[in-house]
Amino acid sequence: MKRNIRFSTVALGGAALVFALAGCAPGTGSTGGNETTGEISTDISGVGDVTLTVWDQEVRGGQNEQMEQLNAAFMEKYPNVTIDRNSQSFDDLATTLRLALTDADAPDVVQANNGRNTMGQFVAAEQLRPLDDYAEAYGWADRFSPSVLQYSTYSDDAKVFGDGSLYGLPQVGEVVGIFYSKSKLESLGLEVPTDWTEFDAALKAAKAAGETPMQLGNIEKWPALHVFGPLQGDHVDAEVITDLGLGNAGQSWTTPENVEAAATLQGWVDAGYFNDGVNGTDYDAAWQALAGGDGVFLIGGSWLAADLGDAMGDDVGFFIPNTGDGTPATTGGTGLPFTITSAADNTDVAAAYLDFITSDEAMEVLAETGNLPVNRTAELAPDSGVQADVFTVFGDVTGDGSLLPYLDYATPTFGDTMGQALQDLLAGQATPEQFTETLEADYSEFVASNE
Amino acid sequence: MSDGTTTVGRSATRRPARSGWVAWAYLAPALLIYGAFLLFPLGRAAQYSLFEWDGLGESTFVGLDNYVEILYDERLREAFWHALVLVFFYAVLPLAIGLVLAALLTRSQVRGLGFFRSVIFLPQVIAMVVVAVTWRQIYAPDGPLNGFLRLIGLDSLTRPWLGDYTFTLPAVGLIGTWVCTGLVTVLLMAGMSRVPRELYEAARLDGSGPVREFFAITLPTVRGEITVALTLTIVAALKTFDLVYVTTSGGPGTSTTVPSYEIYRRAFQLGDVGVATAVGIVLTIIVFAINGVVNMIGDRK
Repeated sequence: MKRNIRFSTVALGGAALVFALAGCAPGTGSTGGNETTGEISTDISGVGDVTLTVWDQEVRGGQNEQMEQLNAAFMEKYPNVTIDRNSQSFDDLATTLRLALTDADAPDVVQANNGRNTMGQFVAAEQLRPLDDYAEAYGWADRFSPSVLQYSTYSDDAKVFGDGSLYGLPQVGEVVGIFYSKSKLESLGLEVPTDWTEFDAALKAAKAAGETPMQLGNIEKWPALHVFGPLQGDHVDAEVITDLGLGNAGQSWTTPENVEAAATLQGWVDAGYFNDGVNGTDYDAAWQALAGGDGVFLIGGSWLAADLGDAMGDDVGFFIPNTGDGTPATTGGTGLPFTITSAADNTDVAAAYLDFITSDEAMEVLAETGNLPVNRTAELAPDSGVQADVFTVFGDVTGDGSLLPYLDYATPTFGDTMGQALQDLLAGQATPEQFTETLEADYSEFVASNE
Repeated sequence: MSDGTTTVGRSATRRPARSGWVAWAYLAPALLIYGAFLLFPLGRAAQYSLFEWDGLGESTFVGLDNYVEILYDERLREAFWHALVLVFFYAVLPLAIGLVLAALLTRSQVRGLGFFRSVIFLPQVIAMVVVAVTWRQIYAPDGPLNGFLRLIGLDSLTRPWLGDYTFTLPAVGLIGTWVCTGLVTVLLMAGMSRVPRELYEAARLDGSGPVREFFAITLPTVRGEITVALTLTIVAALKTFDLVYVTTSGGPGTSTTVPSYEIYRRAFQLGDVGVATAVGIVLTIIVFAINGVVNMIGDRK
């Protein structure tokens, strides 16, 4: 026993010594700075041999394909540039990016999620390079619509989202809608619902016919956000949702309209419109179930279209019901924008890369590989299949409807808070009122801290 | 070399070396590696826990505020409570099962003992992530477990095992039981095989049955093995991360969150490195304390 005591003294002493040696406070000496220095150039043919490190999350079939094609084309165009690509899943990238950015040899180009949890915090910590000068040199403002660029625009201190400097460029558009099995709908003798009331009726009919009306896999906690989003769009004004979603001041979650939306979702569970045990079902298992002939509808993002199209062929369709005023409103926006880090050695090369993978020609590659290009969407739409539906819905929503921001953009903790609150709501552990109060607490605390 | 050199492997009955520095010299390489990979990160973590830091930008020194915050955090208390529940599933239950299994396997002349021992030990050698993914399939709403229950007419018992506010924690715990039982059993079997057969024969002659035999002879013999098994499994229970991360992400709601998962969530998802490391330090202290108690009880002869 005595020996043990001596040993622990030594160990503690050692730890103390090490601790003293490690005397510098965390987070110093690693910040890049938001300033843009020196001359920029859009011609990178003369920069010599450089390696561009790119971290992306384009791992699903068509996403990976377009990335590989575009990277190969870029290296062919500029033989002096080598692209060192590191590709990880969405969840993995979110975890590793923080560590990577503060590292001495951080990647040059990274895909950062638009919201305050990711891009917002990176901007506040001065880890990303503002792109306004390159945007002017390349004319990006002519290529992208302002409503798209606002989702990667922050003020310098990151307190304002949607206004300030540009920090990234997205390749694809995204829109959340409702996938459905055409044959199932036909066997129920129903048309594609045009508004939410008709959709409700269709759910009821499917239930009565002994089908699973809707598939949802929510074990990961975030999938239900995409079910609540469009539903909220039917009950709450688009302007209100946009403010709530971007975490800007002046709105409230605890309104009768928000409670109504939450109550509708809970009502769907109580009526048995979902598969059993949504909180215990995998996200991927849910769409695979629909593809396997179990279920009529599935509310989800356009990123599932490629996989569902492969699995179901012509049987799968995609639509979004209109809200009360006759136009559609649903969650959507852009894919994760590509950003340039403050640590990037050669920003000219990085900017040329961003320009290349979001160019008009790149949009064609994106469309060919089954993705939804953020620009030239209408003219690149395929003739048939579920992809054609996706292009149409995206066009309708961005045209006359309202494209609502992802709700987890709102605060650094909102995705986490809302994911849990939705699991509680779906399981009947929380009332719609309690649900909105939980969200209000997170939102109002963040808004107050930004005053 | 002068006097005072010690030879490795000599029994401890010899007088200890007079000069300590030679011993330290022998220890130095290991100590350096230990310091670089364990003590240094531990010291850094202790330091981070005194700051408010998002892992990206500037940090602010806040002293012990992070620790105070932990005290008042209901969610964290819940996480520690869940960890204690897991101790039951990781340590207590495997020990009970392991004692019975080991006693049966060592006392009865089973054919193919080696085979059984390997099978029981198998869960221990599979990577935890693989185990977790496999069980996630088993527990799925349309998975084999519910399928089996429907087959034998127990439809009322089927549920989404990983999405149920009451049953998910025990369901996750049982995976831990499945993993730990093999280790505990193999440890205990090694201990039980030390008991001379004559002892059992003597007990038989004195008229004691198998149960009496177990409590009078077998159990006292494996006291040391029980201590080791409990130490290993309790540490595993308190440190659980991979299992929860892969199966439930702490859900549904917060019903299966554990301290290690909270550390990950705060550091990587919420960007609150200070509080995350403070939880880590507290968890380390608690693991040390609990193991100290287990070993003190176990060593008492």
